[in-house]
Amino acid sequence: MQQVINFIYAAVLAGTPLLFGTLGEILTEKVGNLNLGVEGMMFMGAAVGFACGYYTDSALLAVLGGFAAGALGGLIYAFLTVTLKANQNVTGLTLTIFGVGFGNMLGDYIMRHSPGNAAFVSEKVKAAFAKLNVPGISDLPFAGKLFFQYNVLVYLAIAIAILMYIFLQKTQAGLNLRAVGENPAAADAVSVPVTRYKYLAICVGGGISGLGGVYVSMTTTGGTWVYNCVNGLGWIAVALVIFAAWSPAKAIVGSYVFGGLSVLRHYVVLEIPVAIYAMLPFAATIVVLLVTSVRQSREKLQPKGCGINYDREER
Amino acid sequence: MRKANGKNEPLFRLVKLDSPSWKRGLAQRALALLLAMVCGALLLLVLRKNPVAVYWQMIVGSVGTKVALTNTIRMAIPLLITTLGITVAFKLRYWNIGGEGQVCLGAIAATYFALNFVGKVPSWLLFVIMFAAGALLGGLWAAIPAYFKAKFNTNETLFTLMLNYVAVYIIQYLREGPWMDPQQTGFPQIPRFPMEARLPKVLGVHVGWIIALVLVVLVYVYLRKTKHGYEIAVVGESMDTARYAGMDVKKIILRTIFISGALCGVAGMVQVSGADFTLTETVAGGVGFTAITVAWLAKLNPALILVVSFLFSMLEKGANSIQTVFNISNAAADVLTGIILFFMLGCEFFIRYRVVFRKKKQARDLETAITAAVPAAAQPESVPTQPEQEAKEGAECSR
Repeated sequence: MQQVINFIYAAVLAGTPLLFGTLGEILTEKVGNLNLGVEGMMFMGAAVGFACGYYTDSALLAVLGGFAAGALGGLIYAFLTVTLKANQNVTGLTLTIFGVGFGNMLGDYIMRHSPGNAAFVSEKVKAAFAKLNVPGISDLPFAGKLFFQYNVLVYLAIAIAILMYIFLQKTQAGLNLRAVGENPAAADAVSVPVTRYKYLAICVGGGISGLGGVYVSMTTTGGTWVYNCVNGLGWIAVALVIFAAWSPAKAIVGSYVFGGLSVLRHYVVLEIPVAIYAMLPFAATIVVLLVTSVRQSREKLQPKGCGINYDREER
Repeated sequence: MRKANGKNEPLFRLVKLDSPSWKRGLAQRALALLLAMVCGALLLLVLRKNPVAVYWQMIVGSVGTKVALTNTIRMAIPLLITTLGITVAFKLRYWNIGGEGQVCLGAIAATYFALNFVGKVPSWLLFVIMFAAGALLGGLWAAIPAYFKAKFNTNETLFTLMLNYVAVYIIQYLREGPWMDPQQTGFPQIPRFPMEARLPKVLGVHVGWIIALVLVVLVYVYLRKTKHGYEIAVVGESMDTARYAGMDVKKIILRTIFISGALCGVAGMVQVSGADFTLTETVAGGVGFTAITVAWLAKLNPALILVVSFLFSMLEKGANSIQTVFNISNAAADVLTGIILFFMLGCEFFIRYRVVFRKKKQARDLETAITAAVPAAAQPESVPTQPEQEAKEGAECSR
């Protein structure tokens, strides 16, 4: 029993950066833009968040810095695809190239310019991302570990998922946003400011993805910079959007399942080579892609305007 | 004339150009490249480096000496071949992001024969077998997502991407398991290729460069002069049109993507037997991703691909040299690549559209006076046609 709880606990920790990335991408796709730059924005968030945490010694600034960096990536993407109508696929890939390079360069720069070529955020910042410890509750048998011993970012991710669900499903602005993603021309005709919605959603979505990067550099690596630390998480997040059927609530489940796959080898010992274990999350993503496309549910769920730039004068 | 009072007229509007001239396009691209360099220079200034010195070092470090030039060409070979493969897929509007994995699989196939068939067949035959096996396995690897794309319309962007990771872990598995060199202790490695399985050199660089140049010509001919090439173009433009014309769309997708993957597989074979002489997870080394941007920048034109892939190899080699000389991370190459691409992407817009700013008040008054003088019946027609006329004028001026 304890083993199962440990496994779920580890799965949630490993799945949280995926959840941030997935949520950011869901918001972006809901407004009709397929941003393949999640990996890049996560790298930007990871490096800038780390830089803020290291130089300002403030956990809050690390989180805000990571968010801002991701949002900046989103802004570049939004400017190119919404205003300049560039191809969304190529722009997203470029954002990934840029973001991965930028993140590694900045992280590397900090490492090279710190004593002993090793930079760690202070104990104070690290403590802010340590696991929760509420006296009485966190020590409860089973439930304590299962629900009340995560770091603050885990709860933040869940909160964002719930808020996004409420926003998209229950508010007028959320309805407008979805309308822009489904049919921008119709939304435009009833004077929904299409461009403003797109910019805002893409930037906020990028910021949320950036938080996933902060999670990586602050908790996964333990508050230091590891070269190539994001390593494909952003790409899995893009695929998870399909798995989650563009729903923030389902994204929580999907992310934790994939987090579980990536830590499986520490908990389930089978006679399988390490490389095959490492392959699992990616192979599982492929299976998800296949199943959803064979069932053809993708057609119904993906926002209709996704991937196509809206040009007001070309109706 | 509600518009003429100026309040409702936007600050600027866009006029789509019917036939953008290539001279104007070239000038704008050059300007975009310059702006990207300026942007990169600002970044270098932030890092407290002299941008001019860094840029100069990138040129010297990539083509300044014979050794550097040889290395740059060696880096350009897999990039060039992979880009050709990606180009074939992109012509079909099939987003093959799996070049990386297809290169790996080509390298795996070549390695198998290099390790097991030396001495059993003549050297030239061994190369032919390695070449064919690399192409075949790369092609088959690419054909998996293509099959599901054709059959179930599965998202190929993500499928091909995920297969990259799977391919890399297959190499890791082989390296740590069945193909591990028993004579090596410590870090598990796949044995180095025997001399008979290493590509010979011509003019200081392995023959891969000749293979690459031949493939440039072949791909050009294939895409531009054959029935297959025509079918690819039609399916790429519109699947419905292709179906209406009686083409077997599924077959065309499968065949084209097989060729795309086969070319990437050849790149893997050339890299592993021409440069690396052993198989590691970094055999593709990001080539599959760089190829996408090269293909796009070169407008899927094989001749331009030759030029652009060489420039990108210069960028990468140059970045390696500034790493040692100026103590800048070689990730700087990716940053610079990204910035250049951002500007190129943005620049496309100004090639396709012309921005027309709101006229000054005086000019507007004049226009109002003229339109007032024209008989009322003519007005509704004269207003909408104005942008078209300006577009024509614009196109003519630029010619």
